[in-house]
Amino acid sequence: MINLVDTLLQGSLLGGRYALMALGLSLAFGIMRLVNIAHGDFIVLAAYLALVTVQALGLHPLAALLIVVPILALLGYAVQRGLLNRAVARDIMPALLITFGLSVIIQNGLLEVFSADSRRLQAGNLSSIGLSLGEGVSIGWFPLMTLLIAALVIAGLEQFLRRTRLGRAFRAVSDDPEIVQLMGYDPHHIYALAMAVAFATVGIAGVLFGIGTIFDPALGPPQLLFAFEAVIIGGLGSLWGTLAGAMVLGVAQAIGFRVDPGWGILFGHVAFLVILAVRPQGLFPRTRDA
Amino acid sequence: MPDVGIETSTRASRGGAVGLLALAVLATSMPWWAGSGLLRTGVELLYTLALAQIWNLMAGYGGLISFGQQAFIGIGGYALVLFAYRLGADPYLTLAIGAALAGLFAWPMSRLLFRLHGAYFAVGTWIVAECWRLVFANWSWLGGGSGISITATVRGIEPWWREALAFWLAAALGLGSIAGVYLLLRSRLGLALMALRDSEPASESVGISVTRVKTWIYVAAAAAFGLVGGLIFLTKLRISPDSAVSINWSVTIVFIVVIGGIGTIEGPIVGVLLFFLLREYLADYGAIYMIVFGLLAIVVMLTLKGGIWGEVQRRFDLRFFPVQRRVRLAPRA
Repeated sequence: MINLVDTLLQGSLLGGRYALMALGLSLAFGIMRLVNIAHGDFIVLAAYLALVTVQALGLHPLAALLIVVPILALLGYAVQRGLLNRAVARDIMPALLITFGLSVIIQNGLLEVFSADSRRLQAGNLSSIGLSLGEGVSIGWFPLMTLLIAALVIAGLEQFLRRTRLGRAFRAVSDDPEIVQLMGYDPHHIYALAMAVAFATVGIAGVLFGIGTIFDPALGPPQLLFAFEAVIIGGLGSLWGTLAGAMVLGVAQAIGFRVDPGWGILFGHVAFLVILAVRPQGLFPRTRDA
Repeated sequence: MPDVGIETSTRASRGGAVGLLALAVLATSMPWWAGSGLLRTGVELLYTLALAQIWNLMAGYGGLISFGQQAFIGIGGYALVLFAYRLGADPYLTLAIGAALAGLFAWPMSRLLFRLHGAYFAVGTWIVAECWRLVFANWSWLGGGSGISITATVRGIEPWWREALAFWLAAALGLGSIAGVYLLLRSRLGLALMALRDSEPASESVGISVTRVKTWIYVAAAAAFGLVGGLIFLTKLRISPDSAVSINWSVTIVFIVVIGGIGTIEGPIVGVLLFFLLREYLADYGAIYMIVFGLLAIVVMLTLKGGIWGEVQRRFDLRFFPVQRRVRLAPRA
C-alpha cells in the first residue's frame, strides 16, 4: 500500500518535470501546428548554457534562469524568423526536416564543445533534501518545486493567452493567419514571438532539468519523446491537458521502474501507445486536427 | 489534328536502364578482382542506398515520413541472433525470416501509427522504435543491453565466399531497390501512391483506398528494412540494441534523401555518393561531418526544395528514371 502511494507520488512529481519540458512543444503546436524535432536538444542546450553561466559568474543555478531564459527566447525568435517561417505552413515536411537537422547539429556541436561526459548543475542541498510524509513515504523538495513551477507557468501562460493583446494575437494567428494580416498583424512576427515564448519555457525546463539530473549531449531526443508523449496523452492544444498527460507518463514510468529498473521508460512508451489506441484525441483535447 | 501520344520513357531513361544493367554485371564480377576494403565499403554503400531508396519511396512518393525505420533494421538483425545464433538456422535463410517478421510486426503497428499524421506520425514511429530497442536491451537471452557477437553463425563458411555473398546480396538490394522502386512507381499502385501524397481526400474520391495503399507501402518498406538489417549484421557479426535500433540510421537516410533530392529516384543515389565522399574526407574530424551534413540538409531544404537532383531536373530536364507520364504531340508519319 505504502509502495503504491509512494510510486504514484514519485510518478506525479516526475510528471512535473515532463510537463515543464512539454509546454514549449504544446505551445508551438497549438499556435503554429509545428513539431520541433530539436525541442529536446534545445532543453539540453539550455542546461549547458546554465552550466557555462554558473561556472563563469559563480551564480546559483536558479539565478542562471535570469540569463538562460532571455537567451533562449531570443534564440526561439531567431529560429522561427530565420528558418521555420520560410517553410510553408501547409506542407509540414520542410519544418520537420529542418528541425531534424537542427537536432543533429546541436547534439554534435555540444559533443564537440563539452565532450560526452555527464554534467550536473550543482545546487547545494536543494536537490537532495526531502520532505517526509510519514512512514516510508518522502518526496524531494526539488521535484515538488519543479511541479509547482510547471503549474505556475501554465497558469501564467493561460492568463497571458486569454487576457493580453499579444496572447489574443497568438490565438488569432493560430485560427487563421490570413485574417490576422487584415487586422494589421504580421503573422511572421507573431509566429516568431510565439516561438520566443515557447523557447522561454524551454529555458526554464532546461535549467531545472540540469539541476534535477545528470545530463550529456545525447539526452535531447529522449526528452523530445517524453514531451511529445505528454502533449499527445494530454490532448493537443490544452496546456493543463499537457500537465495531466505528463503526470500519466510519469506515473507509468514510475510503475515500470518499480517492476524492474530496465522497464521504466518502456512502460511510459507503452502507456502512450495504449492511450493512442483507445483515446487517440488524448485526455483533454482542445484543438481539432492532429 | 496531330496524333497525341503519352510518353513514359526518354532517351536518358534508356541510358538509365543500360547503366543499371552494366552496374549489375560489374557488381557480379567484383568479388573476383576487388580487394577486401573496396568490397566492404561497397557493401555499406549499397545497403545504405537500398535504405535511402525505400525511405524515399515512403516519404517522397507516399508522404509517410518515418523516423522509426531503425525498428525494422533491429528486427532483421535480432532475427539473426534468435534463429541463426541461438536456434542454429542457416544465417542466409534467416535473412528471409527477418524480413517476414519485420513485415508481420509492421502491420499491427501501422494500425496504431496511422492515427497520427504528418509530423506526429514521424515522432510516433520513433517512439515505437524505442520500444523495440528497450525490448532487445532487456532480453538477456539475445545479449541484453551490451549486445552479442554472432560470429559463430558463419563459422565454417569460407571467408572469400562470405565476402562475395555479402557483396552480391548488397548489390542485389541496392541496385534492386532502384529497379524495384522504378517499376513500382510506374505501376497502378505507384500512381495511387503519388495521388495519395498530393491529396488524400482527392485520392479517395477517385476510388483509391488510402489506408490500404499506405498500409501496403509501410509493410513492404518494413520487410525491406528487415532484410537489409539482417544483411548489415551478417557483415558486422556483432549487434547491440543501441547500434541496431539507433536513430542514427534515420539521420543518415533522411539527410541522404533530402540532400540528394526527395521524390526522385536519382536523388538518393546522388545523396549516398555525396555522403560517402564527405565521410571519407571528414572522418578525421569526429562529429564535424554530421554537423556539416546537417547544415547541408538545412540549406538544401531552404533553397532547393527538390534537393540536388531536383535542381538538375529543373534545369536540364534530365531524368534517368522517369515515373511521370507526359503528353507529347507526335508529328504525323
